[in-house]
Amino acid sequence: MLDLTPSRRDLLLGAGGLFISLAIKAPAQAANSAPLVAPAAAKPLAIDQVASFLAIDPQSHVTLFTGKVDLGTGLMTAMLQIVAEELDVAPASVTIISGDTALTPDQGTSSGSNGIQIGGMQIRRAAATAKHALLDMAAAKLGVDVASLTVENGVVTGGGKSVSYGTLVTGQSIAIPVSPDVPSKDPSKFKLVGKSMRRLDIPDKVTGRFTYMQDVKVDGMLHGRVVRPPAMGANLISVNEASVSSIPGFVKLVRDGNFLGVVCKTEWSAIKASRALEAKWSDWAGLPEQSKLYEHVRATKIDKTEVTSNSGDVPTGFAAATKKLSATYDFAIHTHGSIGPSCAIVAIENGKVTCWSASQATHSMRKQLAAMLGLADDDVRCLYVDGSGCYGRNGHEDAAADAALMSRAVEGRPVRVQWMRHDEHGWDPKGPPTLMDLSAGIDDKGNVTAWESAVFNANGTIGFAPLVGAQLSDRPHQTGMAPGGVNGDSAVPYGFTNVHTIANRLNATPFRPSWIRTPGRMQNTFANESFLDEVAAAAKADPIAFRLQYLTDKRGIELLERVRTLAKWEARPSPDRNQQGDIVYGRGVSYVKYELNRTYIAAVAEVEVNRKTGQIKAQRFFVAHDCGQIINPDGLRNQIEGNVVQTVSRALMEELKFDRSTVTSLDWATYPVITFPDVPKVVMDLVDRPNEKPWGAGEPSAAVVPSALSNAVFDATGVRMRSVPMTPAKFLAALKAT
Amino acid sequence: MSTITLKINGAQKSVTIEDPDMPLLYVLRDEFSLHGPRFGCGLGQCGACTVHIDGHAVRSCITPAFSVNGANITTLEGLGTPEKAHPVQAAFIEEQAVQCGYCINGMIMQSAAFLATNPHPTEEQIRAELANNLCRCGTHVRIVAAVQRAAASI
Ligand code: FES
Ligand code: FES
Repeated sequence: MLDLTPSRRDLLLGAGGLFISLAIKAPAQAANSAPLVAPAAAKPLAIDQVASFLAIDPQSHVTLFTGKVDLGTGLMTAMLQIVAEELDVAPASVTIISGDTALTPDQGTSSGSNGIQIGGMQIRRAAATAKHALLDMAAAKLGVDVASLTVENGVVTGGGKSVSYGTLVTGQSIAIPVSPDVPSKDPSKFKLVGKSMRRLDIPDKVTGRFTYMQDVKVDGMLHGRVVRPPAMGANLISVNEASVSSIPGFVKLVRDGNFLGVVCKTEWSAIKASRALEAKWSDWAGLPEQSKLYEHVRATKIDKTEVTSNSGDVPTGFAAATKKLSATYDFAIHTHGSIGPSCAIVAIENGKVTCWSASQATHSMRKQLAAMLGLADDDVRCLYVDGSGCYGRNGHEDAAADAALMSRAVEGRPVRVQWMRHDEHGWDPKGPPTLMDLSAGIDDKGNVTAWESAVFNANGTIGFAPLVGAQLSDRPHQTGMAPGGVNGDSAVPYGFTNVHTIANRLNATPFRPSWIRTPGRMQNTFANESFLDEVAAAAKADPIAFRLQYLTDKRGIELLERVRTLAKWEARPSPDRNQQGDIVYGRGVSYVKYELNRTYIAAVAEVEVNRKTGQIKAQRFFVAHDCGQIINPDGLRNQIEGNVVQTVSRALMEELKFDRSTVTSLDWATYPVITFPDVPKVVMDLVDRPNEKPWGAGEPSAAVVPSALSNAVFDATGVRMRSVPMTPAKFLAALKAT
Repeated sequence: MSTITLKINGAQKSVTIEDPDMPLLYVLRDEFSLHGPRFGCGLGQCGACTVHIDGHAVRSCITPAFSVNGANITTLEGLGTPEKAHPVQAAFIEEQAVQCGYCINGMIMQSAAFLATNPHPTEEQIRAELANNLCRCGTHVRIVAAVQRAAASI
């Protein structure tokens, strides 16, 4: 729970200016928590120092400093469990400070399902090291052997005597590096990890006491709104300031190249002014025709071709085939569509920038803001405040850049910028369009003799999506594309003899791309697992049995078997041709080993299809999930449910609409998302492996959803859906062609 | 410019409205620092801004403040507190029916008004009632469970 209300705002003076402590449970005590940590201003931030992550005060209160942030996934509750478990302290005695570039180590972007897998494990390591040091100190103090000590609630006991962590650390300053090999707690002794823990933020979130980024108020704050070019690449020709200057509360028109914004005293006057502002823009029509999007993708210049897997000899495999199948799959452009539009506040004082935002990557954003403003990184401090759910790099960073440009224009006074709905739908970075060609050969026994695929995806990886404000104002910004790790799961988890898979990395994509939940891995898995289903059908094999035939990985096999039981799967080939009438039912399976090196998921979708209207309804999802050691089972369930529901929405109905100049799906009517009547039931089987590493769960279960749906539709109707979204119109067209 | 009076969460308030178009949402959030009602779309499409006006669930983002002069307004804060939660709020806690929670104000306000007049809805009726409340995190499954739990507890 974050609290920035004035009564509970801890204002600490430090080198960076204003320190606002973000508190879970108790108000943060960063100012007076000395021992394991130096005073705030000199607090280490290096990833290899215990004191970068942990502070313990004389009252044994623990503060965890983490560069990872909670995007609505419950990550901070899981972090709390990890730390309290490792240190043997009560969860209530831990405060978390997250995503503050002046106080927290840079643990990388909170993305890629790495929050626990990487971030949480860095923290577990730091806590294990701290615990080890504390036990050594206790042994010395109590005059007993370390092995005889026990710890409960931060009190170490041995030889009939006790001492608290707080007492041990009082007057001490301990600078120790994080040890790579101090043993962490034996999972058989876990009391918190692996048990469902209620999220700390929920009581405040359901009663209006929670402070979201959108609720933050800073003294003297003004309100900004952006006015974007009506055509995305248009140039600003002229602005008529008189069109807004008489609006009560109007403060400033901000024009910086093609960046345009208004600053006003109140939020409503800023909105009014942004609507009333008269500006002349040049024409621009540089977007491809939407109806020819995939021709455009295929015709885009290929920067490089990467081989994502290669084994055996594919031509030989095809030569041995009695049947060759080929298909092309495509996946639409998606918007993040957070329910709360992006919002940020920036203040500039004496050349020092303070930025509050809900960025998933405050440390990276700081570099981007500094570059844009021509400042040193150290002159910029970014603080994370929970926002509306974030599923990748959406508009938070851009809103921060907007606020920075506007604050700069009003002598550094704090400016709060919140995007309007049309700004968010129009200008958040998009999940780029993806095209996938696949071919496979089978012999007369139905064995796969060759597997070949080529994905056409935007070049680049995860990194920096350029800031819109910096682009429009032509201030320094990144020029490359950052679609995320989109090659993931281009290769398949099956042991086919002859495999060759490639990624054609495209030189451009129509809209500024970024990673949206399960980037690339969703698109690739959609194509792979649906096409595999086509191959299984051609081989007249049961889709689960067919997959099992090519799996040697025990955990993967177990998961497919589990989902088979969970869904009461009936072994038979697809489609089920015994159905009469307009309304038919089907089931489809999908399996993936995420990025081929972590979390396993197997899912079965059950759908209802109306052959007359083309309407596809997801009725139920069964998910078997193995992410190794589970930290918070209920948190994991919540995340998986969210992944399934959100991805059903993406797979069945979501598609960015645009004309040659700009995005035209600027609200929820033109970019519909799933609503309650269409939400499937989700049934889960979670495999907990306490002795294994914890792997990510933020994205993997989303990867299998579109293919499970496509396979279920095929099972119900014999119609193969190869294009996301699987709209009624596409179904009817495919039905006609079948 | 004119002054209106509103009863907000039981307290009588008056506020000067400069612009007759200004939606109630901005009065609640900006004048009175309430965090329950939230800006999501400003278009009446998502439900994030929902409040109760005289007991009815209303989208405050498209309701001019001026038009509700004298009304009795309840926000999420007025429904209950962590210490003394309304049954619907308590049910959302029990079911842990929150991911980011940005939409949850709307979900709770819509459900609370609904249950007040339909205390024993079917699951289908709950889904239909919430059809105009959007959630991007996909928390729907738990939200329905929470409303069912609340219905059973009222
Ligand atoms: S903000 Fe009012 S309905 Fe979306
Ligand atoms: S919980 Fe995030 S939008 Fe509903």
